[in-house]
Amino acid sequence: MLLAAGSVAGSVLYRRRAARRLERVDLYAEDGSMASIADTSPDAEGMLALARDLLVVAG
Amino acid sequence: MLRLVDAAQALADLTEISSQVLQVAIVEGDGRILATTIDDEARAARFVEGVRKLVDEAEGLRRQRALPDLAQLEAATLEGSIFVVRQGERMIAAATRPDPTVGLVFYDLKHCLRSLDEPPVPKPARTRTRKKADASA
Repeated sequence: MLLAAGSVAGSVLYRRRAARRLERVDLYAEDGSMASIADTSPDAEGMLALARDLLVVAG
Repeated sequence: MLRLVDAAQALADLTEISSQVLQVAIVEGDGRILATTIDDEARAARFVEGVRKLVDEAEGLRRQRALPDLAQLEAATLEGSIFVVRQGERMIAAATRPDPTVGLVFYDLKHCLRSLDEPPVPKPARTRTRKKADASA
């Protein structure tokens, strides 16, 4: 019983983390380098909000 | 000189081959929308304006972090992604479904932009063939 509850909780946590990983901003430079900014960064918040607005406009 | 019909055709080709792309717009350096799949003019203008803000924020971030010149970006959310590719003064921006195949979308967008600069494929010239003179005459 305890094992089942633990695996369900683990699965929920894993999915939440995986979902969070999806939200990010990736900047690609002309020299081929890339900087990935996670949604936990305040730098990414504004850009992700803009992206959500754009997706609504795009319909 | 780029014809608008070429840009529209390039977008039509792009949306045909890439099922992940929902809407897309090609914008000139002066902000003029060259072509877009968004049929409503006001919505298209709002989309392009939002893309410009996104690029401005990305540029600010790039300078802040002393990163090299920005070529392209992806802003990924749970609802979908926004892709922007810049080539010279021109820019292409696309809205995609969630969790897209990033490399493929970038490839398709770049290919679309490049296709605008390619000269149109000339149609094969028609050759006139003279009717053979009647041998009996």
